[in-house]
Amino acid sequence: MLACVATFALDGVSSHEVTVEVDVRRGLATFTLVGLPDRAVRESRERVRAALLNSELEFPQQRLTVNLAPAHVRKAGPGFDLAIAVGLLAASGQVPDDALGRCALCGELSLTGEIRPVRGALAAALGARRAGYRSLLVPEANASEAALVEGIEVRGIPTLKRLADLLHGRWAAEPALPSAPSPPEHETGHDLADVRGQEDAKRALEIAAAGGHNMLMIGPPGAGKTMLARRVPGILPPPTFEEALEVTQVHSAAGIGNGKLATERPFRAPHHTISAQGLVGGGNRPMPGEITLAHRGVLFLDELPEFGRAAIDALRQPLEEGYVEIMRGQRTLEFPANAMVVAACNRCPCARPPDDCSCTALELARYRRRLSGPLLDRIDLVSQVDHVPALQLVGSERKPQPGSAQIRERVMRARERQHARLAGTGALCNGDMDGRLTRRKVQLDAALTASVLAARDRLNLSGRGHDRVLRVARTIADLDDREQLRDTDLDEALSYRLEGGEALAA
Amino acid sequence: MTAAAPHACALCLRRAFLIARLAPRIAGLLERPRERVAGLLALSESDLLAAVAGPDAPQLVEHLDRLDIGAERERLAEAGFVVLCRHSHAYPPLLLELGDPPAVLFALGRVEALDALRHEPAVAIVGTRNPSPYGNEVADSLGRGLGAAGVPVVSGLALGIDATAHRGCLSGKGVPVAVLACGPDVVYPRRHRRLHERVRESGLVISELPPGTQPFRWSFPARNRIMAGLARMTVVVEAADPSGSLITSDFARDLNRSVAAVPGRVTSRVAQGTNGLLKDGAVPITGTADVLDELFGAGMRSVPSVDPARPGPDDPRLARVLEAAERLGSVGEIAHAANLASGETRAALGRLEAEGYLVRRDLGGWERTLGGGEPLVED
Repeated sequence: MLACVATFALDGVSSHEVTVEVDVRRGLATFTLVGLPDRAVRESRERVRAALLNSELEFPQQRLTVNLAPAHVRKAGPGFDLAIAVGLLAASGQVPDDALGRCALCGELSLTGEIRPVRGALAAALGARRAGYRSLLVPEANASEAALVEGIEVRGIPTLKRLADLLHGRWAAEPALPSAPSPPEHETGHDLADVRGQEDAKRALEIAAAGGHNMLMIGPPGAGKTMLARRVPGILPPPTFEEALEVTQVHSAAGIGNGKLATERPFRAPHHTISAQGLVGGGNRPMPGEITLAHRGVLFLDELPEFGRAAIDALRQPLEEGYVEIMRGQRTLEFPANAMVVAACNRCPCARPPDDCSCTALELARYRRRLSGPLLDRIDLVSQVDHVPALQLVGSERKPQPGSAQIRERVMRARERQHARLAGTGALCNGDMDGRLTRRKVQLDAALTASVLAARDRLNLSGRGHDRVLRVARTIADLDDREQLRDTDLDEALSYRLEGGEALAA
Repeated sequence: MTAAAPHACALCLRRAFLIARLAPRIAGLLERPRERVAGLLALSESDLLAAVAGPDAPQLVEHLDRLDIGAERERLAEAGFVVLCRHSHAYPPLLLELGDPPAVLFALGRVEALDALRHEPAVAIVGTRNPSPYGNEVADSLGRGLGAAGVPVVSGLALGIDATAHRGCLSGKGVPVAVLACGPDVVYPRRHRRLHERVRESGLVISELPPGTQPFRWSFPARNRIMAGLARMTVVVEAADPSGSLITSDFARDLNRSVAAVPGRVTSRVAQGTNGLLKDGAVPITGTADVLDELFGAGMRSVPSVDPARPGPDDPRLARVLEAAERLGSVGEIAHAANLASGETRAALGRLEAEGYLVRRDLGGWERTLGGGEPLVED
């Protein structure tokens, strides 16, 4: 007899449908598994056999052929166990197969017959909905995550035995409810109000968040660069449901999710020894890299000049396109990679205050050269982070500090202006605008144009540097709830550019 | 008191071309260029040929005899080179005090700068190719102050202190004089192309080697003797020990000219040479005033005001921020001192920079420009 079971295999961060066809014939008891399985898939025979026997079910002693269709795509991982087991049960007549046409399932088996959680349940649910299945059976531990997808019934199954009962109609599992959102960020204690002083950096962070600009913080070690960067997700607008689903999907596929819907934007801070592959993703079985894990959130690159050249170069395409393309054999995988980059570095290699610095001109030049390259091109704002003098610490304690929630509100207002202005252009915020769009959307009156041109001449601004200044000035005006740009917006934007950055980036 | 037109006599030119022809051989001959090159260049033509050319001497003499000096002279003039020999009235008189003054100087730039060299005492500023920010700051400020005081600043267009001194002199609207170890039209190091150009525009680029000659190891110490010879005083800003800068100061001492050094940190490698000079009795230099006092006598000439031309900005807010930015490094401190919000401070800083009152320092911080004129461009 023949049985077909639909399952979904993780592919990057999304999933594709795999049909498990099981043929049971009389003959010498053999088990053949075809359809390009990897080791973990081939080993599923042992798990399936033991799980069936330990669940008081029968492992048919007949000629068994399992095909994973489409047969030309490589299959990896233990996620096919459940589908193979159910296919065997149906093909050997132990469960009715009429229910199997409308539902898909995925899960890994333990030898005891328990169903173990898998990575990427959310992606499987999205794939099943897209393929038109009405119901999806997943391991119990993944049920609430998969249930985040609307329009498909998700049921969590604890054991293989239970699953057989369900198919027989002896047990009715309730559809799972979507998981409660993770606790919001402010409860986890990253509020900008906790950071004393650093008004300059805070202002720059606010502008960067409001316009989705990438930024660079320069300052000595221990001045608070990481502390500030850690608070950026808290002032970015909260993710929309779709964005949250994307974040959850990515994290579920990478196996770092908690099964709940993300309510805050992710914050990733890879160490500077990371490889290019670790940063943008890759590997024999392509895994998402840090930039993908930071999708819709913040990628923090501390000690930017210490990162490998190859790693930084690899960031160019994702930063421009918003996704990563990974070529493997004949296939191209796409990972989402739309993150805001916050980078940090010291003023010089010795990292001592300017009056105490012992770096030679050569060392400085080398350090600055390592800063250059494709990433600088994408950095719109540069701010200073310095040790806060004790006097100022006391002084600012008297003034109430604006909290993250307050700043976030201003940021959201600014973003609304941008959405309205940029509707239909494909860009979502000022930071997304390319040179052409910048010149089209940032309108200057005659006096401002003249003043920008004068500044451009005096400061040796390149064309790109000029666009960066316009973008940032636009965001500053948006933060101030103005459509009309003023000269102070441009002046302030000028002061955030990286001095000599044009020469470096060239 | 106009200068005599620069001129080069045939014999001197013949000698210059001879040295250019011999240059690669000298390179092969000398292992320790410092001791011997000076004496070598003082030799007469026949002795020089005997010492360097060996068996090829007759061929070389024949080549020189065939050379049409008049045509060469014309060709050089057409290409814009100023050519003067030690018999010309335009030749810097101080240079004649050398035991082996260059027979001919090939120069590019403003002829009037030769007048400045004859009427004003020049100062050579030399130092390491790999300076600390401190060394750069001092070289820049000395170059600028001396330039503004009308004192020609002589240096070697090398990386590091040399280049910074030239730039300082340029921004002080002074007369920079670059002495090269290659032909005056050869830019070495290559990255100083733009600086070479700017020095030519306001001052002089000179060399004893004819145009097109590439630099040799021995030609650097030979160049150093010209720098020391041109200058009434040699200031070493930062130098390791041993180093090319100390060669220059040795030449200056041999010529009985003033040798001065800028005190450095005792722990710094690039201060060993300068601190050593100070121990040996060099004049300590803490600023432009010290140089001027040494040149003209204490208090005879004052350092021109740093910012004579340009008044501060009219806007009181900008003036406040400018005043704070001169003293303080970080935007936070400036905002605090000027009592402005961070965004307003940034806007003011951006405006001041756009109007040329301030320039950025490497990766953070601002500093006031001289006269608010041209920005310090990276050459």
